[in-house]
Amino acid sequence: MPETTDEMICITCPVGCTLQVTHNGETLLHVDGNTCSRGLGYVERELTDPRRMVATTVRVRGGLHPLVPVCTVEPFPKPRIFELLGALRHIEIEAPVKMNQVVLEDALGTGVDVVASRDMPGTGS
Amino acid sequence: MKEHYDVVVIGSGPGGLAAALAAKRAGADDVLIIERDQELGGILLQCIHNGFGVEIFGEDLPGPSYAQRFINEVHDLGIETLLDAMVLEITRERTIYATSAQTGFSKLQAKAIVLAMGCRERTRAQIRIPGMRPSGVYTAGTAQRWVNVEGYMPGKQIVILGSGDIGMIMARRLTFEGAKVERVLEVMPYLSGLSRNYVQCLLDFDIPLQLRHTVKRIIGRERVEAVEAVAVDEQWIPVPGTEAIIPCDTLLLSVGLIPENELSQQAGVRLDPVTGGPFVDEGYHTNIPGIFAAGNVVHVYDLVDWVTEAGFAAGESAARYAMCGAETARIPPIPTTAGENVRYVVPHLVNPERLSQAEVRLQMRVRQPLEQPVWIQVHDRETLVTRRAARYARPGEMVNVTLRERDYDKVRQSKELRVSIVPH
Ligand SMILES: Cc1cc2nc3c(=O)[nH]c(=O)nc-3n(C[C@H](O)[C@H](O)[C@H](O)COP(=O)(O)OP(=O)(O)OC[C@H]3O[C@@H](n4cnc5c(N)ncnc54)[C@H](O)[C@@H]3O)c2cc1C
Ligand code: SF4
Repeated sequence: MPETTDEMICITCPVGCTLQVTHNGETLLHVDGNTCSRGLGYVERELTDPRRMVATTVRVRGGLHPLVPVCTVEPFPKPRIFELLGALRHIEIEAPVKMNQVVLEDALGTGVDVVASRDMPGTGS
Repeated sequence: MKEHYDVVVIGSGPGGLAAALAAKRAGADDVLIIERDQELGGILLQCIHNGFGVEIFGEDLPGPSYAQRFINEVHDLGIETLLDAMVLEITRERTIYATSAQTGFSKLQAKAIVLAMGCRERTRAQIRIPGMRPSGVYTAGTAQRWVNVEGYMPGKQIVILGSGDIGMIMARRLTFEGAKVERVLEVMPYLSGLSRNYVQCLLDFDIPLQLRHTVKRIIGRERVEAVEAVAVDEQWIPVPGTEAIIPCDTLLLSVGLIPENELSQQAGVRLDPVTGGPFVDEGYHTNIPGIFAAGNVVHVYDLVDWVTEAGFAAGESAARYAMCGAETARIPPIPTTAGENVRYVVPHLVNPERLSQAEVRLQMRVRQPLEQPVWIQVHDRETLVTRRAARYARPGEMVNVTLRERDYDKVRQSKELRVSIVPH
């Protein structure tokens, strides 16, 4: 594969550095523009196995609200996000819910858990 | 509930929660939070995406988790809360009138008040889009609450006007829930939200962003059927011949937030016409003795971490005021001013003596994007007080520069603290 230089924006933190990334396909050759070293790690991962945090909701029975927000505990493979959303759409849990309660363990065999983002008290409490 | 409190906090978003915690920790005994919603947490409860807490916790949390940590602490410290209660009026003498379903009408007296009412969204009326008034036009925040808290969708085929963070985040969220987001239109030549949201909300899902574009007309009688988009020139004048009809059933507006200050004004709190929020000093004291303000009610933040920091500072000063009364400053406060390429600076006044106890962070927004290394610098007339380098400065991202103890001597002798952001 030929050597190319692409512009990428690091999304690791809100600074959002614009990076000049020289790479040969999946092989990283050089990065410019990162304020900190995490930018480098981001680019390496982005070229080989891009991942994102995924946040959505699942249904909850008997809760203060009909839904409880959930989130992956670590970044999840980007190409499989819609598959994950599909799996979560089938889940319904019971109130009360506690923050960090596991809602889907080892999602799609990736080793990433999905947990509740907040407490959800029952309607009675 | 009592009739007298040391500190009453109005609003329970991250600003209010932090203020209440800091006030209690600083020694105020009776602290009350009044919140009109049925639970604590404010707008974060509907911001289910992650990205919160990177500065304060060094962790990447979803909005509700960020709020929950502070809510748990509020309960642990025994801070009183009055939920489902709307504050109707506050006076200069710090009397508070509130009404709630539970307790009816109440009148309270506070030694100090922290205003933490947050902000509200600009609506269609405020940006004047011509056309019919069909259903299907909502603010992005309203849609966010429906989708994330209440569980229903605003529509199936969506156009978003405005590239603010809430708009971009909703573009991804609605895509996750099966809607088709046709495009995001932005009238400015640059993004108005964070660049990371452009990547992870729009680019990742191939949602087109059109800069220098706006909605010329909304089409549809009962329900939105399409919008007519158009390119605009530098003066925001539509460019003839660039019109395009985009079929859709929903138009979401993400066109800015305005600090919520009706209550503040009743009490005589003076507002900065640029920010729409109160004039404050470094302790977030407004011009009315004993009334403090923190969070989006002061100016619109893009990162919640800084809201929390401001809330801590405001709560601490409110507690000090409640316990000791007004302090008389030995050195008069120094005004901050917006210099080259700076739209505004918060706080508006800095008491130099504060620098012997804590750092003071000056927060600002730039006028024009500078995609090159910049100096964020503070001058007193010709004298440089402090400066810091940054890789760039963008209007969508709040900028700050910190005054430290070592700057005390220079600050003390200053007539003004003029902040400018210029190329390196
Ligand atoms: C719709 C929307 C979505 C947002 N999404 C994001 C996001 O995704 N990411 C991000 O970083 N930032 C987001 N923000 C910015 C966000 O508001 C701030 O980061 C932060 O939540 C502000 O905290 P706050 O405490 O100042 O205000 P808020 O969290 O808005 O809290 C204000 C509270 O005051 C209460 N209140 C107001 N008036 C009264 C009254 N008269 N009586 C009693 N209670 C009252 C309100 O009910 C509310 O709970 C969003 C803002 C809005 C408006
Ligand atoms: S390179 Fe470092 S500072 Fe820049 S966005 Fe990435 S994590 Fe943030």
